[in-house]
Parts: sequence; C-alpha cells; structure tokens
Amino acid sequence: MAFWDYANPTRFLKLVQVVLPWLTGLCVVAFAAGLYMSFFVAPEDYQQGQTVRIMYIHVPAAWLSMMCYSIMAVSSLGTLVWKHPLADVSAKTAAPIGAAFTFMALVTGSLWGKPMWGTYWVWDARLTSVLVLLIMYLGLMTLWRTMDDPIKAGKAAAVLTLAGALNLPVIKFSVDWWNTLHQPASVMRLDGPTIHPDILWPLLVMAVAFTLLFFVLHLMAMRNEILRRRVRTLRLRAASAAHPRSAVATAQPAE
Amino acid sequence: MSTWAIVLFQRDLRLSVRVGGSALVGVLFFLAVVTVIPFGVGPDLNLLSRIGPAILWIGALLATLLGLDRLFQADRDDGTIDLMLMAGRPLELVVLIKCLAHWVATGLPLVVAAPLLGVFLNLEPAAMAAVTLTLLVGTPALTLIGAIGAALTVTLRRGGLLLAVLVVPLAIPVLIFGVSSADAAIHDPVPFLTPFLILCALSLIAAVIGPIASAAALRFAAD
Amino acid sequence: MFEDLSFSLEGGSALVVTGANGIGKSSLLRTLAGLVPLAQGSIRLEGGAPDTPPQEHIHYFGHQDAVKPALSALENLQFWRNFCAAAHGSGFSGDPMEPLKAFDILGIEHTAQLPAAFLSAGQKRRLSLCRLLVTPRPVWLMDEPTAALDRVSESQLLDLMNAHLAAGGLIVTATHSDLALEKTLNLHLQTGDAADLPLEDAPQ
Repeated sequence: MAFWDYANPTRFLKLVQVVLPWLTGLCVVAFAAGLYMSFFVAPEDYQQGQTVRIMYIHVPAAWLSMMCYSIMAVSSLGTLVWKHPLADVSAKTAAPIGAAFTFMALVTGSLWGKPMWGTYWVWDARLTSVLVLLIMYLGLMTLWRTMDDPIKAGKAAAVLTLAGALNLPVIKFSVDWWNTLHQPASVMRLDGPTIHPDILWPLLVMAVAFTLLFFVLHLMAMRNEILRRRVRTLRLRAASAAHPRSAVATAQPAE
Repeated sequence: MSTWAIVLFQRDLRLSVRVGGSALVGVLFFLAVVTVIPFGVGPDLNLLSRIGPAILWIGALLATLLGLDRLFQADRDDGTIDLMLMAGRPLELVVLIKCLAHWVATGLPLVVAAPLLGVFLNLEPAAMAAVTLTLLVGTPALTLIGAIGAALTVTLRRGGLLLAVLVVPLAIPVLIFGVSSADAAIHDPVPFLTPFLILCALSLIAAVIGPIASAAALRFAAD
Repeated sequence: MFEDLSFSLEGGSALVVTGANGIGKSSLLRTLAGLVPLAQGSIRLEGGAPDTPPQEHIHYFGHQDAVKPALSALENLQFWRNFCAAAHGSGFSGDPMEPLKAFDILGIEHTAQLPAAFLSAGQKRRLSLCRLLVTPRPVWLMDEPTAALDRVSESQLLDLMNAHLAAGGLIVTATHSDLALEKTLNLHLQTGDAADLPLEDAPQ
C-alpha cells in the first residue's frame, strides 16, 4: 500500500526531501563516470572519427524521450482510472522534460547527421518519428497551458496522452513504411547485437545517468507543481474570503 | 439502427446544411489550397501530376481539420451536450453518429470535388479514381480522429488552431497510407491493395478510438 | 462545495432550493443531474428502472434552452422527443404528450413551423419546457424555471408542475420567486459560517 500512502501530497513532499539529495548525488556520479568513459575510454570510430561521441548524448536522449512518454501514459491511466491525485501532477511535469530530451535527441541527431549525410536534416524514419513525438509533447503542453482549471486540464490531457500512446506504434509503423517507400535502407544502424562492448558500456552508463537525471528533474518539477497548486488554492481562497468556503444546508418543511 | 440514432443523424445533417453552408465553405477552402500550391511550386504540369495526390490529400486534411472546431462546441454552448449526457443513450455512439453526419456534410463534398480539382493538377483518370477512392475511405478517419481534438478543445473559446496542432500527429498515418495507396495506383512500387487495406484498417481503428476518447473528454468537460 | 447535505424526497412532492446568489443552487441541481461528479456520498433513486443510472430518470431544465435556431420549433421538439429515452418509476404515472398538444398548452402552437431563431426568449423557454412534457420522466430538476416567463406563462408552468406532482413525480427547483406548489419542502442553502444544522429527512 506504499503507493497509496504517497498519494497524500504532504507525505510525498517529505519523501522528495529525503530522496532528492541522494538521487542528485547518484546522478552526478553517474554523469561523471559516463562522460569520462565516453570521452576518454571509448574508442574513435574508424570512419566517423570523434563525431561518433555525439552518440553518447543522442541515444540516451532518444531513449528518454520514449520513456518519458510511457511515464506520462501510465500517469494518465492513473488520472483516469485510479484517480490518483499525484498522477496528474506527474503527467503534467513530465511533458516539458520529455519535450526537452526529445529536442536534444533531434538536435544531436542532426548535428551527427551533418558529417554523416552532408546535411543537417534527412527525412529518416527515426528522426521523423521523433519529430512527430516532439509535436505531440508541445501540443500536450499547450493544452495544459490553455485550460485554467488544473483538474479539467489534467483529465483532457490524459485522454489525449492515451490516444497518442495508442497511436504512437501506428505512427512509427507508418513512418517506417513511408520511409522505405521513398528511400533506400536506413543510413545508420546503431542497435543490433553486434555492438562492441567498448561502445556499449559508456552508452549504458550514460543511459543510466540520463535516467537518473530524469527522475531528479521530475521529482523537482512535481514538488514545484504541488506548491504552485497550493499557491493557486490559497489565492482562490483569498479572493473568496467574503464568500463562503463551503455551504451547509438548513431545511424545514414548508406549510 | 434505432430511431434515436436516425433522428440525431438527421438533425445534425440539417443543422450543418442550414447553418452557414459549411459544406460549401469546406469545398471552397479545398479549392483555395489546391490553387495556391501551383503558385508555390510552379506551373510544371509533370511535377503537378506527380505530386497531385499529395496536394489533394493535404488539402482535404486541412479542410477537414478547419471545419471540426464547432463539432461539439455549438452543442455545448446552448446546453445540448448536458441533455445528451442525460438522455440515456451511449455517448460513444452519439459521438460516432455526430461524426458520421458531420462527415456527410463536410467530408463527402470534398471527396466529390476531388476529381474536379484533379483536372487542375493534370491527373490521369486512373489517378483521379484512385485519389477519390482513398479520400472516400480515409476522410472519415480524419473526422473521427479530429473529433478527439474537438472534444478536448470544446471548452476553449478559440480552440481551432490548437485542435489542428493536437490532431495532426495522430492523422499522419492516414495521410501516409492515403497518399501511398493513391501513388501505388499510378506508378506501382507496391500493389495498390496493400496500402489501401491498411488505410481501411486505420479508418476502422479511428472509428473505435475516436468516439471512445471523445466521449471521455466530453464527460470530463461537462462539470 | 457542499458539506453535510442530505435530503430525501417522496414521490409527489417538490423541493424548493433557496439561497443567496452564488451559494451553489445551480451546482446542487447539476450534481443531482449527474453532470458534476460527487466528491463523496451518493444519489439514489428508489423505484426506478433497474440498471439505469438516476440521471436517466431526470429531466434537467437549466438556464440554457438547448434550442437550435436553425431548426423549426417543431423540429426541435421532435428531436428531443425521439432522442431522449423515457423513464418510468414506481408510483409515477406520467404519459407522453403529443408535441402539438404541448405547444398548445404553453401557448406557442402558432410558432410550430417557424425557425426557432424567430422565437422570443420567453417562447424559447416554453419550447424548452415542452421537452419535459413529451418524454415522461419522474424527476424534474428546474433551475430558475420562471426566468424570462411572463405572468400568464408562469401560472401555466405552475399548473404543469402541479400536474407532474399529482402524477407522482418529483420536482427539485431552485428559485427566487415564490412558487405556489403543492406539497413543498424548503431547502435553504447558507454559508458555512452559520450554525451547522444537519438536514433532517423531510416528513411525508
């Protein structure tokens, strides 16, 4: 029942206070190790030279852009099905972080693409899917911003997030189809079992570091969002000080 | 279908025909989009006939999205949605029927206009038939997916642009398979039926996801 | 929004909700109509059709008329008559009314073929009232039912409401004006600063 215990925002804030310093420390250590390994331990690529090191940022960022959306989808289920009070906060605060990682994946992808393809942008199936994902993140963020009532906005965004989650595989599939129709085989293949351990280890450490970074940012953002909502409630109360906070009823039979 | 469904369909159709002639405006917008593209890419007929199916599909996508913002908003503004929620009819089906009526009023005219506009784009008769057929199968999916956006933005005063932004990513698969099956009919890198059947599948999926998600969004917007 | 609010109402009686502006009369009616989810508590309707939620036994007559200006008055009413499912409850014997008869009772029969855009506010309100007559449902929730009605229409409305009560229906209405209804209970909403008076179940 630990999950439900932390439904209470106050208890959640206490937990964050305890966990956050440790998580931040772990994240810093992981980044130090990951960056050291990717810049000094990992070998140069015999074809791409130093540019291959962009991969150690690009691949974890791309991985996080997907993970972030999955977390939003699960949180949306939490909002709609289990009515967990923190689920909506979690989904809302994950969106900008996800958008940032997606943007990072796109930028590093195109920087990497310049020496590889000779141009910053290629309508490669992967890049295109990630671009669509970025648009979805930005659309969700706009939806949250345009609605005043956080509860309503949360429910609306949850519906859209889930519709998007159902559609993402379809989008991925269609973009792949579209791409193979218009282009020969993909220019690069990073996945696959043949990846060399010298590359794999730095990549894994960086992925762990990025994941930790996500959780640090997400917890911080959730804390801020909870506090922001409290401020909003206090302001609403201040505004309606003359008004009743709640109404009770009295009744007597007529006649 | 039972009486209530037929009555709802008739009412929505009547309303869209009587109010502002939305069907005509949609077709005019479609015509405008198709007209400006040659100004952008140049009057080369070979090029135009090559990208013709894509132009028609993008025009249809934009025309559909622009007409969707009032799908539920008019009914919300005058309290009709509240009564529909209480009417004892499944809201998902209500949404599906409203979408169907909306498509007949605004989507079907686009399909009918497509062959005419194909003339401007120097399309072969076979290509024209293929584009029209794919539009006939694919535009309902656009309406049904767009309904999600319309339901989400129903409380917003000016939700039209946001609706388009929210819906476009979800509509990409429909566009891809619509254009590729039209292309497949003209110069066949793949057989026509493969992408066409996937397009049909997408429409059917949209007929499930669209009403369910829209109904959920409308229920949340009621309070 | 509300605390400690509970009441029960028997067939054939009306509950008149009064209170200052903004106290939540409309919200109470919308909550009863199932349009606003309950934070806590429950709404029960005894003797209704099984497997049917309470709100499908309810006619909600709110501030908005749900009248489409582009359709004729008769088309508007015909739509609601066919779209809205009728509901019956034990002890309630309301019968569906023909649309033209409903128009006749409310004095708008001459507008039947006119587009609703040409109707005045009061006529639209009466057209919206006809909706309650053509589909029988045991519970009527009426938010300021007399708004925009002249004195004659108001007495017609009262006759209709009394007839509904006589047929064993329930009415919950929020109002500022005095309504001459038979068998009414009053529910007066006050601010939370007043003494916490728990609401007792109504007699009868």
